[in-house]
Amino acid sequence: MDHMAETPTASMKQAPDTTGPAIVSLRGAGVFRSGRWLVRGIDVEIRPGEILTLIGPNGSGKSTTAKMVLGIEKPDEGSAWRAPDLVVGYVPQKLSVDWTLPLSVERFMRLTRSLSKAESDAALARTGVAHLAGSEVRNLSGGEFQRVMLARAIARKPGLLVLDEPVQGVDFAGEIALYDLIGKIRDELNCAVLLISHDLHVVMAATDRVLCLNGHICCQGTPTSVADSEEYRQLFGARGAPQLAVYQHHHDHTHLEDGRVRHADGSITAHCHPDDGHHDHDHGSHHHDHHHPQHAQDENREGRN
Amino acid sequence: MLDDFFVRALFAGIGMAAVAGPLGCFIVWRRLAYYGDTLAHAALLGVALAFLLEINVTLAVFAVALFVSLALLALERRAGLSSDALLGILSHSALALGLVVISTMAWLRVDLMGLLFGDILSVSRIDVALIWIGGAAVLAVLALIWRPLFAATVSPELAEAEGMNVTKANFIFMVLMAVVIAIAMKVVGVLLITAMLVIPAATARRFATGPEQMAILAAIFGVVSVCLGLGASRLWDPQSGPAIVVAALCLFVLSLSPLARLVDRRRTARANDAREEGFRP
Repeated sequence: MDHMAETPTASMKQAPDTTGPAIVSLRGAGVFRSGRWLVRGIDVEIRPGEILTLIGPNGSGKSTTAKMVLGIEKPDEGSAWRAPDLVVGYVPQKLSVDWTLPLSVERFMRLTRSLSKAESDAALARTGVAHLAGSEVRNLSGGEFQRVMLARAIARKPGLLVLDEPVQGVDFAGEIALYDLIGKIRDELNCAVLLISHDLHVVMAATDRVLCLNGHICCQGTPTSVADSEEYRQLFGARGAPQLAVYQHHHDHTHLEDGRVRHADGSITAHCHPDDGHHDHDHGSHHHDHHHPQHAQDENREGRN
Repeated sequence: MLDDFFVRALFAGIGMAAVAGPLGCFIVWRRLAYYGDTLAHAALLGVALAFLLEINVTLAVFAVALFVSLALLALERRAGLSSDALLGILSHSALALGLVVISTMAWLRVDLMGLLFGDILSVSRIDVALIWIGGAAVLAVLALIWRPLFAATVSPELAEAEGMNVTKANFIFMVLMAVVIAIAMKVVGVLLITAMLVIPAATARRFATGPEQMAILAAIFGVVSVCLGLGASRLWDPQSGPAIVVAALCLFVLSLSPLARLVDRRRTARANDAREEGFRP
């Protein structure tokens, strides 16, 4: 029953490296669907207790990468490895419960493992929705359901918590509170957190590493220089400072609509050059000298759903 | 006791309804009514092949229903057509193929009406035994795979991410469906199997507060429909298969009536009260 317990593929024997025991490791992983690569060349390791945030525009392969981590998508090249005893808690991006399905919050909590009432109530109380235990899942608001899904995931006492755009449908104050909560949960459970963020600018301050995707790994590093960033101030003001951080983006090449790449010198190629900005960078503050048009659209879009 | 044809019919019907109810809930939750129809139509081909090859009818129906399920899975991966269209192709080709095979066997006098609408009053003791043993096996297996199957109904990705074997659960569910089709065909006939899967489950939805409760209620409503339908067919002599489905329909209509809504409203009010009491501003 437990597909997490799959034996590592031959190429993955050397997976966990010297810097610590990774619980998840993707090596050169890519997913090919209907004639194109959704993502390619993903090298990621997740270590216990670290918070890793995936950012990138729509269609950049954030969800596909997360699905490879979760084992929902099998990589078509490269490999994906998970520690055999890893318990995963997953909060999907959206989950629509059909009206034909009578499902209370209390029953939803026990969806993938049995849980005592005390455990269930404790997890719901932890995310501040204990009063919803008897409600129908269908009748919850977006924010309430997000917290219920988070409670369900942490009730499993996971070693890895995967959150797909957890602040979607949550207002701004709720977003800060939710990020704050995720940080605290990480500290309590000492679980690794993989966070997919739709927002290019704002990531949790507690994030240890940010991974920017655009069909490949654009760049990665530690989010720094938060409060003094211009974009950050414009978006959120000083109020959210402790919870939110800005991750700046300046790239040296442009991804065109048709998938080709225009470089700083004006030349156009089908793919990024190996020496493009995203392939070598320090892990401090990030200033790439190229720009993705999709990123720009994202930055300009109104409101945050 | 099983000497009386009516008692045998009652036992066969109850056995069928008790199994069709819980499986029917998944049909409703997953919106698979057309899939149930397709398997039911394929059952006719199973009957035809059973006559042609001189094998057990129930076994042949099971085999063909399973084959059609597998064909659907394979085609979904390759053909690039919507599963809706694929079901239409499979459903009616199987039905037509079955009718063609039956009509080529000129020496055979098949009771086509019996196949289409069931012939519950002619079930033998062996049929009853087959229905109960098969039915018990189906319910036991369903209980075993309940958690992954239900989790996959709510969200396949969530279930798979958290380590449940969704592919296996779905495959077993397909096998169980094939068994139920084979069981139910004798009772209500090819054309009305889906009704016994969907209608009791839909009735149960009005009263259920949880998935397990809904499965049990669906089984109960199905059993009640069988009793009412058979009773009516004894009193007024309509064909028993359709009578059972009409009884199920009556229960469903009742569940929509003001009386049932009263029960429903009281429950909703209670849930809301609990929610407000527990709310801390």
